[in-house]
Amino acid sequence: MANARTVTVDGNEAAASIAYRLSEVAAIYPITPSSPMGELCDEWAAHERRNLFGTVPSIVEMQSEGGAAGAVHGALQAGSLAVTFTASQGLLLMIPTMYKLAGELLPFVMPVAARTVASHALSIFGGHSDVMACRQTGFALLCAATVQEAHDLACIAHMATLRSRVPFVHFFDGFRTSHELQKIRVLADDDLLALIDRDAIAAHRARALTPDRPVLRGSAQNPDVFFQAREACNPFYGRCTDEVAVAMDRFFEHTGRRYHPFEYDGHPQAERIVVVMGSGAEAVRAAVRHLVAEGERVGLLQVRLYRPFDGERLAAALPDTARRLAVLDRTKEPGAPAEPLCLDVQMATRGLAQPPLVVGGRFGLSGKEFTPAMAATVFAELERDAPRHGFTVGIVDDIGHHSLPLPDRELPRDLPTPASATTEAVFFGLGSDGTVGANKSTIKILGESADRHVQGFFVYDSKKSGAMTVSHLRFAKEPFEAPWLVGRAGFVACHQFQFLERHDVLAHAADGATLLLNAPFPPEEVWHRLPSEVRQRIRARRLTVHAIDAGAVAREAGIGGRINTIMQVCFFELSGLLARDRAIEAIKQSIRKTYGRKGDEIVRRNHAAVDAALAHLHSIAIPADDGDARPKPPTVPPEAPEFVQRVTAAMLAGKGDLLPCSAFPPDGTWPTGTSRWEKRAIATAVPIWDADICIQCNKCALMCPHAAIRAKVFEPAALDSAPDGFPSAPWRGKDFAGQSYTIQVAPDDCTGCGLCVQVCPAKDKGNPRHKAIDMQPVLPVQARERERFAFFAKLPEADPCDVGKLDVRGSQLLQPLFEFSGACAGCGETPYIKLLTQLFGDRLLIANATGCSSIYGGNLPTTPYTTNAAGRGPAWANSLFEDNAEYGLGMRLAVDALGNRARQLLVDLAPELESVELAAGLVNWPSRRDAHWFARQRTRVDELRRRLRQSAAPAARELDQLADYLVPKSVWLVGGDGWAFDIGYGGLDHVLASPRDVNVLVLDTEVYSNTGGQASKATPLGAVAKFAARGKSVDKKDLGLMAMHYGHVFVASVAIGAQDAHTVRVLRAAEAHPGPSLVIAYSPCIAHGYDLVFGADQQQRAVQSGVWPLFRYDPAAGERGEPPLVVDVPGGRLPVADYMRNEARFRMVEKIDPEGFRRYARGAQQAAERRMAVYRHIAQLRFPDAVAAAEARPEPHR
Amino acid sequence: MSMDLSTTYLGIELPHPFVAGASPLSDTLDGARALADAGIAMIVLRSLFEEQLDQEALAHHDATLAHTESHGEARSYLPEPAEFVFGPDEYLGHLAAVRQAVSVPVVASLNGHTQGGWTGFARRIADAGADALELNLFDVVTDPHRSSADIEHELVEITASVCSAIRVPVAVKLSPFYTSLPHLANRLRVAGARGFVLFNRYFEPDIETDLLEVHTQLQLSTPRELQLRLRWLAILSGTVGGDFVVTGGVHDVEDAVKAIMCGAHTVQIVATLLRHGLGRIEELRQGLADWLREHDYASLRQMRGSMDSSRAPDPRAYERANYLRALQTHRGFGDA
Repeated sequence: MANARTVTVDGNEAAASIAYRLSEVAAIYPITPSSPMGELCDEWAAHERRNLFGTVPSIVEMQSEGGAAGAVHGALQAGSLAVTFTASQGLLLMIPTMYKLAGELLPFVMPVAARTVASHALSIFGGHSDVMACRQTGFALLCAATVQEAHDLACIAHMATLRSRVPFVHFFDGFRTSHELQKIRVLADDDLLALIDRDAIAAHRARALTPDRPVLRGSAQNPDVFFQAREACNPFYGRCTDEVAVAMDRFFEHTGRRYHPFEYDGHPQAERIVVVMGSGAEAVRAAVRHLVAEGERVGLLQVRLYRPFDGERLAAALPDTARRLAVLDRTKEPGAPAEPLCLDVQMATRGLAQPPLVVGGRFGLSGKEFTPAMAATVFAELERDAPRHGFTVGIVDDIGHHSLPLPDRELPRDLPTPASATTEAVFFGLGSDGTVGANKSTIKILGESADRHVQGFFVYDSKKSGAMTVSHLRFAKEPFEAPWLVGRAGFVACHQFQFLERHDVLAHAADGATLLLNAPFPPEEVWHRLPSEVRQRIRARRLTVHAIDAGAVAREAGIGGRINTIMQVCFFELSGLLARDRAIEAIKQSIRKTYGRKGDEIVRRNHAAVDAALAHLHSIAIPADDGDARPKPPTVPPEAPEFVQRVTAAMLAGKGDLLPCSAFPPDGTWPTGTSRWEKRAIATAVPIWDADICIQCNKCALMCPHAAIRAKVFEPAALDSAPDGFPSAPWRGKDFAGQSYTIQVAPDDCTGCGLCVQVCPAKDKGNPRHKAIDMQPVLPVQARERERFAFFAKLPEADPCDVGKLDVRGSQLLQPLFEFSGACAGCGETPYIKLLTQLFGDRLLIANATGCSSIYGGNLPTTPYTTNAAGRGPAWANSLFEDNAEYGLGMRLAVDALGNRARQLLVDLAPELESVELAAGLVNWPSRRDAHWFARQRTRVDELRRRLRQSAAPAARELDQLADYLVPKSVWLVGGDGWAFDIGYGGLDHVLASPRDVNVLVLDTEVYSNTGGQASKATPLGAVAKFAARGKSVDKKDLGLMAMHYGHVFVASVAIGAQDAHTVRVLRAAEAHPGPSLVIAYSPCIAHGYDLVFGADQQQRAVQSGVWPLFRYDPAAGERGEPPLVVDVPGGRLPVADYMRNEARFRMVEKIDPEGFRRYARGAQQAAERRMAVYRHIAQLRFPDAVAAAEARPEPHR
Repeated sequence: MSMDLSTTYLGIELPHPFVAGASPLSDTLDGARALADAGIAMIVLRSLFEEQLDQEALAHHDATLAHTESHGEARSYLPEPAEFVFGPDEYLGHLAAVRQAVSVPVVASLNGHTQGGWTGFARRIADAGADALELNLFDVVTDPHRSSADIEHELVEITASVCSAIRVPVAVKLSPFYTSLPHLANRLRVAGARGFVLFNRYFEPDIETDLLEVHTQLQLSTPRELQLRLRWLAILSGTVGGDFVVTGGVHDVEDAVKAIMCGAHTVQIVATLLRHGLGRIEELRQGLADWLREHDYASLRQMRGSMDSSRAPDPRAYERANYLRALQTHRGFGDA
């Protein structure tokens, strides 16, 4: 094994590589950060890669993690070797099945990218709360701390499970290990064959459930026998730890890599020892080495096998000299005497001759950074007279004062990495500029060199448009582990110049480091464009500065905004890690490998960019004086609220790690309306309005995904204080007569997607290229538009009562209460949500399923839901992915309950308050309620409150609190197709089956968008998606038709880009329907594979072709004796293939299998026609009883 | 006795002159088989457009790459297929399959975009089994700084490089929009072109007046288009020489007769097949034979070129401008 092949992979791939080769069946459900493991298996199977047994594993995507666990259970019982991958909530959904798997002693390994379980908030990042929630299931828990271990322990877990029959969770830290790139030594198929016990596999197969040897499993047992039978498994667990130890020994003999269930590292006579599991062990190890070198008697006990927990082995691994142990748990169990690992260690050491003091602490929740310097503070704590129990490390706890002091971040916070001469580099890029991809390429190029070890870790922000990525790279001649961020970078690259104004890009630059800037300016201007703080840092740390206008090089080469390869060339040139010619050839080779099969032109253009790069790279002279220095602008403006100034601004500035516990509401409550303070300025071009051409249709405002272009009407007198040249036109409408009208862009909030211009129907008759809004480069107009938007924002919002007609045009005069989200540029979902807030925002409750809409809706640091001038606005909450329908129903039940209580109190109190007439107005809600009625109702509530406050009765106080429930609330259950069609379908179906007044908005992108485009049951026939790599062979589920069958559910299909007026009408009708309503909304998504500026055009094609018919099923119409279903647009006006050819998700099939594409196109055409045939049938239905009743009713007076 | 309708085009012996022009009819294997079964003499496939392939590859690349590695929860948003049938592979695969599936000759067509593309794709088309290659040379020039001499020079260079790169015969598909078509055709002949296709038909722009938008579309040809072709067939056949095929405007036997008299070795038909179905092939073949018989021709070869500029009784008729012809027509009315 000395010559084992090396590859550069991340932890997910390292683990999946073993799982794939040792499995015959994989049941998958995507969840971050484990999704790549399933995706890789799907990709390998699509490439017909074979497993160890010479077959291609069967990969099946399920509807939930619970479903995946169930499928795996069946596959194991029926005798195959099976796998699934998961994390966090997904793992929790598997727990019931995990009891079964363990109880039935089924050999099985489940790789888990351990992730924090959502509590007060969701987090996608690493933590052990998920695996800790499984420690009672009977599964063995084996923890890998590094990428190499993720590979090796996967093998050891398989070896042990086959021999012990105890199923294993093989886990490693989400993101920190699952997504870290490292060069590892690979286990070849021959290694696995040598290590895996084929007899054990045969024994497993011999136990298969088969009619050839029939047995019964899954019996129900009574009190007489269950207990004894349950205890019968004990010997297996006793053997399991031995099997793990034996497997580790055999593994060592075969590979030379040594692992132990508990592994001690440190001073042989250590007195102070930290016990820890996972990647944190490497930070502790680095601290131990440093401290031991300084003469301290400290050590690390690393836990690899956590369940079955072998206390004796743990005790035996400790040096006899151990006096004080600090056990670090990467989880929190509120109310427990200690976190679980600590409790187990306390139990294990209790019986020792000289039991050490064992204290517990928490670290690293939700991927919180854990460095060797932080680990050193734990050893320092153990040295105190009375070390604290229940401490935290890595945060500032100013409430319970449990936290250990943070190392000073401005000092070198990392202890030296073990390897000598480590090169550390940090790259700041945009998600869309290819920085991460280029860095992964760099790592692989350097990793191919036999004598170089590499590491790459990538930090993403939570926005989906204009997202910043920070790449942390290390290179060294010796093997090293450093699972923490780069702290003293010798090379810092800023691939987007604007970051220098908003982020502390140089925070981790080492003295004398090289700074590479992508600057869209001539070299002589670069220095003068730098904020003064950056200049000071450059001088203080004696940085050398280089700049390139990579955007210009990229444009010249025809590769758009992908500056990645250009910056990669500059990195190699400046870092000197490879000779110039060798570096350029390696980059070109990498380009050929990555893009070669996509076409020669792509390779040629990228090669041209590579060749052109160095001629544009310039060294920047640092002038003696800084007369023109200007400071960075403040992170948020001074008028921002106190919370935003104190908390949000720190998070925006990248200082969130330093915020203390007291800064945060303890229950996850968060103020709304914060996105308006985050001025991201990510657009390179923004829409500019021409008042003379505009026809005032407001389609631009309707379609804007980010509420960044808005319409207002206002008194002309307001223009007296307007900035010079502020455009306006007389409003052309009967409502707001005599008022002025303006369309204005928020230049710092626009993403530059261009959708508004695309949908603008107003063209200059003399020059049709010029529309009422045109995209213009932002820099020349930025200052002017900022001033104009600031003025525009202060103009009063329209009163809904004054809007003549609540159609597309009228609705867009209402204030959007969802603005400036982090959704993708051109997002197809957000226009619906924004419209929802314009129509019902001041009385809107939203239950939001996890997914894209919960991320752009609720991912900190800033969130888009906001309030009107009265302080009212959408109240929004996310529970889980799977339970959203039930969650929203619960909200409805609560609103109804509180409303009923309010009505009851009102009726009781009315005589006393002399308010009988007022009460009658308050409790008698008409079936049709318009803005005027709501305004009057709020006035009545105000009047009620005034009277209530004159009463001292307790009931009056109670009613005062509940009076707002006398204004109807609008409850909406919002989520994507992954929720509504798959994981949450059971709950959704149940909620629709109830008579309650809930409204469901399904933002149907036809894939799991948030986790990266996995197929859902909404994925249409012929579309390529992950887990449908050659095109989905079954058409999408007709959720609308299924809901129609209940009869009492209002059901509609909308496509705002195709028929905007229809969408407005449907949302209002759905809201007005007194029972459940379901609106399925076509939502273009980046996963469809086309430029979303054409999103509305493509919606037109979908509707016109019949792939997405527009319809309304209104139970009230059925009751009137009319057909309940109206098909507003049946399609049939365009071949379905014409729609399909415009999207890469369909075209990709044509590129893989042209005949397959034609087959799918025919199938999709047929499916659309068949579906319409069914709809037409329903659209002719008249329920006999309703017709009879209608005929019996007297004719209304005409 | 059956009429001899045989002809030779680019050295390929054909039983009759009716050839299926580039159209959706040959986009599928079944379609190509049906053409052959219906008795077509030769099949011309649609062009491989290098620029379109590049644009498509770039568009696909952008669509799939634009959002990769940009968010923590998703490395990408579309799967990465093991094999792409990108670039010319799909075209070449289809060419090879059609060639295998039918016994009639198959002509490929190429519209290159780069020098390397022209020769590279031409080689691959030849390797895929094409019996001949049409070079589809025309593009719409909008640059006021490119001269006609420069453009013609490029066309000749491309033709020369393709003809020297492959052994299968090459015909050049021309447009009528050259200042001196005979001069250009002559240079192309010298460069190695063995024949000419007259003329290319284009997507033409149209205006949607309500929407103020330009739409381009390809209309089916009409018999009126034939006259322009007859003139240049007659002139080039009589002056430059080489093999000629007319494409555009041949809808019935009379049209075919005129084209052949002006020098066409074959006639490409598309619109009439789309309108009347594949039975039209046999109708035209039989109709042509009957016409020849009724008009006492011994064979098609006897008729071919009989009215070209070297043999027509009044060759200047092809050269006169419209103005002169109108005057003559007018005088004729006066005589009556």
